[in-house]
Amino acid sequence: MTEENVNGEEKKEEKEEQEEKIEINFDDNPIVKALKSRFSDDILETYCYSDKTDELTVKVRKEKIKEICQFVKESPELEFTYLADLTGVDYPERDERFDLVYHLYAVNTNQRLRLRISFKENEAVDSVVSVWQGVNYYEREAYDMLGIKFTGHPDLKRILMPDGWEGHPYRKDYPLEDQKTPKQRLKRERP
Amino acid sequence: MPVAETEKILLNMGPQHPATHGVLRVILELRGETVLGVEPDIGFLHRGIEKIAENLTYTQILPYTDRLDYVAAPAWNLAYCEAVEKLMGIEVPERAKYIRTIMAEISRISSHLIGVGTHALDIGAMTVFIYCFRERELTLDLFEHATGSRMLTNFCRIGGVMADLSDEFLKRAREFVDIFPTRMKDYEDLLTENRIWLKRTKNVAVITADEGLNLSLNGPNIRGSGVKWDIRKAEPYAAYDKMDFDIAVQYDGDAYARYLVRLEEMRQANRIVDQGLKNLPDGEIQAKVPRVIKPPKGEVYVRTEAPKGEAGFYIESDGTNKPYRLKIRTPSFANLESLPMMAKGGLVADVVTAIGSIDIVLGEIDR
Repeated sequence: MTEENVNGEEKKEEKEEQEEKIEINFDDNPIVKALKSRFSDDILETYCYSDKTDELTVKVRKEKIKEICQFVKESPELEFTYLADLTGVDYPERDERFDLVYHLYAVNTNQRLRLRISFKENEAVDSVVSVWQGVNYYEREAYDMLGIKFTGHPDLKRILMPDGWEGHPYRKDYPLEDQKTPKQRLKRERP
Repeated sequence: MPVAETEKILLNMGPQHPATHGVLRVILELRGETVLGVEPDIGFLHRGIEKIAENLTYTQILPYTDRLDYVAAPAWNLAYCEAVEKLMGIEVPERAKYIRTIMAEISRISSHLIGVGTHALDIGAMTVFIYCFRERELTLDLFEHATGSRMLTNFCRIGGVMADLSDEFLKRAREFVDIFPTRMKDYEDLLTENRIWLKRTKNVAVITADEGLNLSLNGPNIRGSGVKWDIRKAEPYAAYDKMDFDIAVQYDGDAYARYLVRLEEMRQANRIVDQGLKNLPDGEIQAKVPRVIKPPKGEVYVRTEAPKGEAGFYIESDGTNKPYRLKIRTPSFANLESLPMMAKGGLVADVVTAIGSIDIVLGEIDR
């Protein structure tokens, strides 16, 4: 295949995708239904990637995240007892700079759910350690790498970078090739 | 007899310690021989793979995935490729799916051999370690034959695999599949009913199913606590939906149960490799993939059952040829969170048992 060919194919594909933007309505989805019955005002958006309905994302209001987590874990019809992952994403150009993405799994019913919240740089988020203890390290990682502050976390400190490190490496404005040496970055007082 | 009051002391274990499986530092709070508190300290191997990945194209990221769990590299290649394929909507040819499954299962055997071997070594049973490495050598030879590399295989490609399996490989793999069950008898003879092994592992580092799930414990460790959950069955990928195998599960939740789960998983992995070799279909090994991989805007989270547990890739695409955010969900990172609960209240020597029984690899934790 020549390169032109490849590029030509690609452009065609892109066009097709733009034409048929798939809008899937999740109102009949049992998870969304259960969530909406309780938190109708706090659910901002439900969407999925392309046509893949197993990639369900529910965007919620950040103030309610702890309540919603408590609900999805304890409600007998949902039972999301297992937290798979928590990821922080940085959008420096946005007003609400950070996103937090919670990946939940229900072992009994084999279902996945992704919760998403957005918030501003200086806002703190409610920690969900009281809901899933396993989120402890993930929240510490989000704090370490992106500088997200959690209220109610029992032991919020750096986890991968050393204590006293300056800056948060996974922020988009943190340089890839650091001009400072690790010694200059590390502001730790020796005991 | 009155018990003498002893002082609380802090003991530093690691980062350079033979029983911490790499560069893990554990701070132990002790009163006499009893462990009052355990605090793992990680990050000594941090390389910032997620940050590096944001500045590489999708194909360039592939070699970095080897270096996550360096004792089972094909499993991580597979996890990453599955994620990008879902993002791009690529359908992988059947033969490539089978080859991937075979390689992933050989890497599971390879990883569990290290898991069981080093766990036994930590406790003092050195012979098992030597036996495990004897068979691991065979699996590494297989990798070398198929990929040209013994450890960092970089075998999967987006849309397929790097190379087809040669007849010589199939012959050798067949030999391996045939002898492996007999070799496994050696470990079992040495450990399963060994009184010292039983005393050191039974009722040690116990964790219940509810506690484990709450702490995001996953993989063979949670199956040792009686949760019958395996991503290969629950959300099949590659060719696992066509394979006949059982989920290894034990109910005691102690170090011994986790050891039994790993043994059974090796047996099942051997079964899968056997079926894969028998039913390997003919055909292409690489799907047609655009040269520049530019997924549409959006995000996916794809998980696979790596030897250590749920290996997930969360990729957020902004429509360019580089991922906007790539998060690697590593099983060992989550498994380590259970260590304090397992080791608290036990003896110092049992901390070593607990670390060995959850089978962590630090390359994956620190990323």
